Amino acid sequence: MLVIKNLHASVEDKEILKGINLEVKAGEVHAIMGPNGAGKSTLSSVIAGREDYEVTEGEILLEGEELIELAPEERAHKGVFLSFQYPIEIPGVSVTNFMKTAINETRKAQGLEEMPANEMLKMIREKSELLEIDRKFLSRSLNEGFSGGEKKRNEIFQMAMLEPKLAILDETDSGLDIDALRIVANGVNKLKSKDNAVIVITHYQRLLDYIVPDFVHVLHDGKIVKTGGKELALELEEKGYDWIKNEN
Amino acid sequence: MDLKEKLLASFMAFEERVDVQATLHDVRTEALKNFENKGFPTKKEEAWKYTSLNAVLKKDFSVFPKEESAVDFKEVKKYFLNDVDTYKVVFVDGVFSSFLSSTTHDGLDVCLMSSALTKPKYKMIIDTYFNQVASKEESLTSLNTAFAYEGAYINIPKSKVADKPIEIIYFSTGNEAALMVQPRNLIIVGENAHVQITERHQSLNENPVLINSVTEIFAHKRAIVDFYKIQNDVQTTTLIDNTYISQKQESIVSVHTFTFGGNITRNNLNFYHEGERIDSTLKGITIIGDKQHVDHYTLVHHAQPNCESHQNYKGIFGDNATGVFNGKIYVEKEAQKTDAFQQNNNILLSDKATINAKPQLEIFADDVKCSHGCTIGQLDENAMFYMQQRGIPRKEAKALLMYAFTSEVTSSIKIPELKNKIARIIATKLGVNMGFDL
Ligand SMILES: Nc1ncnc2c1ncn2[C@@H]1O[C@H](COP(=O)(O)OP(=O)(O)OP(=O)(O)O)[C@@H](O)[C@H]1O
Ligand SMILES: [Mg+2]
Repeated sequence: MLVIKNLHASVEDKEILKGINLEVKAGEVHAIMGPNGAGKSTLSSVIAGREDYEVTEGEILLEGEELIELAPEERAHKGVFLSFQYPIEIPGVSVTNFMKTAINETRKAQGLEEMPANEMLKMIREKSELLEIDRKFLSRSLNEGFSGGEKKRNEIFQMAMLEPKLAILDETDSGLDIDALRIVANGVNKLKSKDNAVIVITHYQRLLDYIVPDFVHVLHDGKIVKTGGKELALELEEKGYDWIKNEN
Repeated sequence: MDLKEKLLASFMAFEERVDVQATLHDVRTEALKNFENKGFPTKKEEAWKYTSLNAVLKKDFSVFPKEESAVDFKEVKKYFLNDVDTYKVVFVDGVFSSFLSSTTHDGLDVCLMSSALTKPKYKMIIDTYFNQVASKEESLTSLNTAFAYEGAYINIPKSKVADKPIEIIYFSTGNEAALMVQPRNLIIVGENAHVQITERHQSLNENPVLINSVTEIFAHKRAIVDFYKIQNDVQTTTLIDNTYISQKQESIVSVHTFTFGGNITRNNLNFYHEGERIDSTLKGITIIGDKQHVDHYTLVHHAQPNCESHQNYKGIFGDNATGVFNGKIYVEKEAQKTDAFQQNNNILLSDKATINAKPQLEIFADDVKCSHGCTIGQLDENAMFYMQQRGIPRKEAKALLMYAFTSEVTSSIKIPELKNKIARIIATKLGVNMGFDL
């Protein structure tokens, strides 16, 4: 599904990603952990196509196709979804209108007709129920005045609506209370299939109890310094990052 | 002969058409004198620092239109609010068009200034209201007063709720090589009466037009007035809009100004309070590009206690467009517990676009709440990336952001058909089809 080879990226001539290699196959869940400032969000932004970051070397292939030259929306149309660590507030655009626009623009790019209004409503109803989102919420301005947890839950609602091939969840668990965490994780699990893949960025084992990863990677100083199974997350929780930092 | 001389000379010809015995004529003569002394404003005046009429005034405008210029309804249909029944007062090249209009005297007066100014039965009203709130100092207002003759006359009697909105439209046909028109509107809204009015100026081709318009609005006790200005004219039209509003106790008046077109647009919007617990709203959306210029010059004069005013202007400036927002809030010593709010947010889409924003607060009362905020920004790239990440292409994302940016203003449009129309104009301006209504 996703193959990243020797990826280097910098912002304002400061190198942040220093040679990332990562392969995520369809049906897999990968967790990326690592200390603050390691480059986790940068990696997700670079995959999603944020233009502030300059890719200086390497490749990002989605189902064999190079993404680096594509605009963020083109990557989205190919099935890349990023749940933002800090979702953006967009006053004046309701969640529903935002989703309608996003879905229909995606369909347009894929050569499909607009989604009929009743189908759209049905989908909105189903997905909001899945994530236990109050319908009133959907007519509010996107993320404006949402609590931290509400923003995160809304990100996963959008993911559920867009049904991406590759979802990157950047600290979706932070800000969620225990119940919300369970609901969101449950939502992600329901959307999971053998045809899609998820990359979960987190600082805590907690989320990984619900969304069980096939692989855990530790990102440190712009490089993946360790990869293991789900037990690596437990080990990290116990020992912190120092032992890994010291190893390198 | 320059335009000033031409106007002064033509006043004599104008006198031949009107009753020089009437007291009104003294008002006109006084006004002409003021214009003669002051002339057209120049950039040397503080109030006109950023707006120059020089280039416009060089054109050879005819100051009296030819008598009758007919236009085909089909040709102008799109400029009306079509999905809702309305009263209409329509002028073509400054001359009333009975064919395009739909006036009334049934329970309310929606008719012509020229009849109000000349018919004896309106004399009392004209003596009471005409030129009473309009400035006697401003030279352009005086110029209008001197030639005041035609426009809309609207009188909503006490406790009357106008049963449908009123549209005032001024068309210019371009049959004259260059035309100057000076509409004069008088709107009186009685105690407890309600009315919604839209006003629009529209040229039908690219021949230069100069409009110097004056509107006086009197809102009596507890009256509710919603006034909408739609300024989406061709780029050869210069509009100077002078609107003066007098509000009595507990009246609620809002003016929304939508400026999307024109060459130079200057809006002098003045609110005067004459009672307690008055509510005034001034909102605007400006979206311009090319070399267009818009200057919003607002004044809210708080003279009595416990009144509120809300100003919210949004501007989007592309290409070489220039904007000015000068918002003056004047709070007299007696006007305790005033709550005056002013906000002006701007987005510059190009390096060459500029905005000059200047709040002017003159506060002489000590127990007041006055706030003002002004922002000038570029497009929010974080929001752009967020939307693009969800599959919305850059152009549409930009349009959606602009929509969102203007929503605080569009959301308070009380005529649904107008709201849709404005949404459509905004979408056209931004070159997108959004697929949903605001
Ligand atoms: N636009 C930018 N301009 C300057 N520096 C940046 C920019 N984006 C990221 N950085 C820097 O790159 C480094 C990696 O940041 P990043 O946000 O990717 O870390 P992270 O691993 O996601 O951290 P956290 O766990 O705190 O979310 C940090 O030192 C950060 O300051
Ligand atoms: Mg991060």
